[in-house]
Formats: sequence, C-alpha cells, structure tokens
Amino acid sequence: MKRLINYTPSRGSRWLIGLVPFGIIALAYLVLSNARLAGNPNDRLLPSPATMVETFTQLATQASVRTGTIPLWDDTFASLERLGLGIAISALIGLVVGVLNGGLPLMRAKLSPLVTVVSLIPPMAILPVLFIAFGTGEMAKVALIVIGVAPFLVRDLQSHAMRLPDEQLIKAQTLGASSWQVLLRVLLPQLMPRLMASTRLALGSAWLFLIAAEAIAAQEGLGYRIFLVRRYLAMDVILPYVVWITLLAFVIDRVLALTSQRLFPWFHAEEGGKS
Amino acid sequence: MSLLEARHLEKRYGDQIVLERIGFRVETGEFVTLVGASGCGKTTFLKLLLGTERISRGALTLDDRPLPDEPGPDRGVVFQRYSVFPHLTVLCNVMMAEELAGSRWLGKLFGAARRRAVETARARLEEVGLAHALHKYPHELSGGMQQRLAIAQALMMRPRILLLDEPFGALDPGIRQDMHALITRLWREQQLTIFMITHDVKEAFALGTRLWVFDKIRHDPQAPEAYGATITYDLAIGENRRPPEDLGRTVDAMNEGWTQTFQETPI
Repeated sequence: MKRLINYTPSRGSRWLIGLVPFGIIALAYLVLSNARLAGNPNDRLLPSPATMVETFTQLATQASVRTGTIPLWDDTFASLERLGLGIAISALIGLVVGVLNGGLPLMRAKLSPLVTVVSLIPPMAILPVLFIAFGTGEMAKVALIVIGVAPFLVRDLQSHAMRLPDEQLIKAQTLGASSWQVLLRVLLPQLMPRLMASTRLALGSAWLFLIAAEAIAAQEGLGYRIFLVRRYLAMDVILPYVVWITLLAFVIDRVLALTSQRLFPWFHAEEGGKS
Repeated sequence: MSLLEARHLEKRYGDQIVLERIGFRVETGEFVTLVGASGCGKTTFLKLLLGTERISRGALTLDDRPLPDEPGPDRGVVFQRYSVFPHLTVLCNVMMAEELAGSRWLGKLFGAARRRAVETARARLEEVGLAHALHKYPHELSGGMQQRLAIAQALMMRPRILLLDEPFGALDPGIRQDMHALITRLWREQQLTIFMITHDVKEAFALGTRLWVFDKIRHDPQAPEAYGATITYDLAIGENRRPPEDLGRTVDAMNEGWTQTFQETPI
C-alpha cells in the first residue's frame, strides 16, 4: 500500500478532478433555485440561469437610457482603470522603496519602521480621510488601493532583497560595481519576478479596496453597480457581475503568471516544478 | 616590498577572539592554501582579505597600504555557493565586469561596445570550457560548470589576488581533478596570487606553493573564547608536492577534531 502523499493524479484526470467541485456547486445552486422558483416564479433571491444570462446580455449589449452608453463596459473599464492605476503606482513604490530599503542599510534604518507602521493601518479605516482629502473622484479610489497594497509590496520586496545571499553583493563589488550598480544590476532584476508574484497575491486585496471605494462613492464601476442594484434585490445582476469580476481577476492573475514565467525562467526554475 | 603583509593581526568579535598573533608576507604569484579544523577562523581570515570584515588590531597591508575595508576589483573571489548571478545567462555573468566598468549609470553596454564585451567573455568562457553553454542560466549548469563560470567571472577584472573559499568542496572527485587542472593553468598563465581554503589536505598540497595550517594553540578550559587561532604551520611546498609524513597525519587528526595534539608551539 503506497502512502497517500505519493499518489499523483495524471494530467487528464487532474482537470477532471478540478472541475468536480464546480459541478457540485452549480448543481446545488440549480436545485435550490428550482425549488424557490417553483414556490414563487417571481422570486428574486436565486434567479434561474436563463434569467441571469438574459439580464447580463442586456447589460452587455444595450445602451442605458440614462447615460447612452453600455453599462457593463462602462463599469468594467472604469474599474479596471482604477485597479490598473492603483496596482501600477503600488508596484512602482514597492519596487523603488523595496530595492532601496533592501539594499541600503542606512535607508532601511530610516524608512523600515515607518513602512511597518503604515502597513498596519487598516486602509478602510482611513477611507473617509481619503474622501475628505481627495474628494470623491478617481483620486481617492486609486489612493485607497495604493495605501492598501504598496506597504505590503514594500515589505515583501525588502525582505526578499535582504534574503539574497551576501555572496552575490560581495561578488558584484569585486567585479567593480558601485552601490548604484549593485542596486540596478543585482537587486532590481532579481526582485522583478518577486514583484510579479507579490502583485498577484496583492490583487485580491486590491479588488477588495476597489469595490469598497466604489460602493461608497462612484458614478460607474463594477462595485458601484453591484451596490446600486442591491436596493432592488437584483440578484440576476449581482451574481453575473460577481462571476464577471472573478473572471477578470482570474485572467489578470494568469497573464501575470505567464508573463513572469516567460520573462524570468531562472526564477521559476528555482521554485521547483510543482503544480 | 611584499604584495600582502600582516603584522600582529588580531580579529575579535566582542570578547571572543577569533584570530590572533598572525604575521606573514606573501609575494606576487604565490598560491597559498589554508587548512584547519572547522570554526578556526579560516573563513574569517578570508573575509579580512576580502574587506567585508575589519581587523581589530595589528596591520594588514596590500602594497604597503592598509587593505581597503570593502570588497574591490583588485581582489576576486569564488565562494562555495552563490558565486554567480542566477538571473543572468553564462555569457552575461562573465560580461558583467566589463559592463559595469564601461557604463557607469546603466551598468549595461550596447552596440559595438557590447559586441566587444561579448567577444572577450566568449574567449574567456572558451578557456574554462563553457563555450557550449553561453546562453544557459546557472540553474541549468552542473556544480562543476557553475564553479568554472564563477572562476571565469572572477578573473574578468584581472584581480591581483584571487580568494577561493572551498570552491570545490561540493564537487565530485572526478570533476575536482578537472578543476585543479583548470585553476593551476589559470594561475600560471595569469600570474595570480591565490588564497584557497580547503578541507582536503591532499588538495592543499597538490595545488599550493605554500600551506598554512590554522589552529588554536592556546586553550583556557575556563574561558574557551579567550584565545584565538593562529597560523601554526607555514610550509613551503616543494616540487614533489608530498606532505611530510608527520604533518599529513597531524593535520588529518586535527580535521577530525583532535586539536589538543598541537600543544607544542611551532613557527
């Protein structure tokens, strides 16, 4: 009898096994939805898949009477713009401060305590401050994402920079590198794949901050829409929107993962080929 | 004038003395091998030469000037591990030195300058037998190939002193033989001065022109930290490259931890 840890699924069956939980959840939803709709055909809480597809198609193809544009695309672009901007700014801050903190002990002594404290502030608690400071426009939402994500990236990159073997820094110096050149040619390139990995992890909280900010003050956006239709118990809008957001998040995650594998093969070789 | 000279050198961390009463002169072209039990300060000594640690007392001079207290291009180094940059291909690893020297702000060369650097690096890699692996990353190389790469990379700056910290410690015996031939050839061709730490006394005799044994000769059982290690044997290795009978035995015994055998003071 082999040990359980030594059983690995074959390639084909891995897919199949992975799909099973999805199937079970879908089936459970169908059963529950059917039961409710049988009792009350106008039930709003668990709409049938057909209703949801119909509503979603409508949102995705027909211009809204009020604004003259298509709501789904408006929402998607608005949200992705905020998310992208927030993540890009965070990544830039994370990389610059992370490299400086990780590479220069003098800088670390000054900035590290500040970064640690800032990263402990619950971003949602200072959302009102952001709204007061930046108004309820785009700036406040992007700022919330940056405040929530950047300190995490800084800390992660800094600790990764400090874990790089000293031998490499010494080696670079024996090759004649200046401080700047060590940061640029040794630390920075080795932190890039790490940045990609941390960004993938941080995307979850970035979405959280985005939707929270949109729920409170926005004119369009995925989070705005969900919280808008909540008043009418419009589950036929909310559920497809949640699936849509999940799909977007999944695609972004995969794109980052594949880009990283393509650009930094040496990094992923070290990780070991476990899937 | 000696290339490297130490007088009454001492290194301590707080109250703990690691090295004491060390004095020597080393001339250009010598190949010094360092042996001794684990934890007796060989690596600390190498760090002093490298400049990552500072001496606590005494003097350590290179060309009669105090050794700089940070690593520099005049002293190349190969460690047992982590000596090459994992994010660069073999070719880029070796080009690194020239790129750093040629481009102060970007640390990268372009166009004709880059082509020249590629040619130099390619020639150097051919010398160490890595011409077939130019575009591989270090993780795709075997341990021996990685060390070949590390040596090629360290020699790009034409260092005056090459420091080797157990460079072949993790390699198979067969590969070691190849590496010995390589390092001997490079040492002769480029008139290097080499310091090499090794655990293998045979290796020390096979490669070096001079052998140093590091050991603690003074012991205080109540305060084991009160005395540090020093160079207990400083042997010129002759052409026959065979260890004297008694020394081979004593050093072997010492490697197994019998430090007490060295109670009488040599040098």
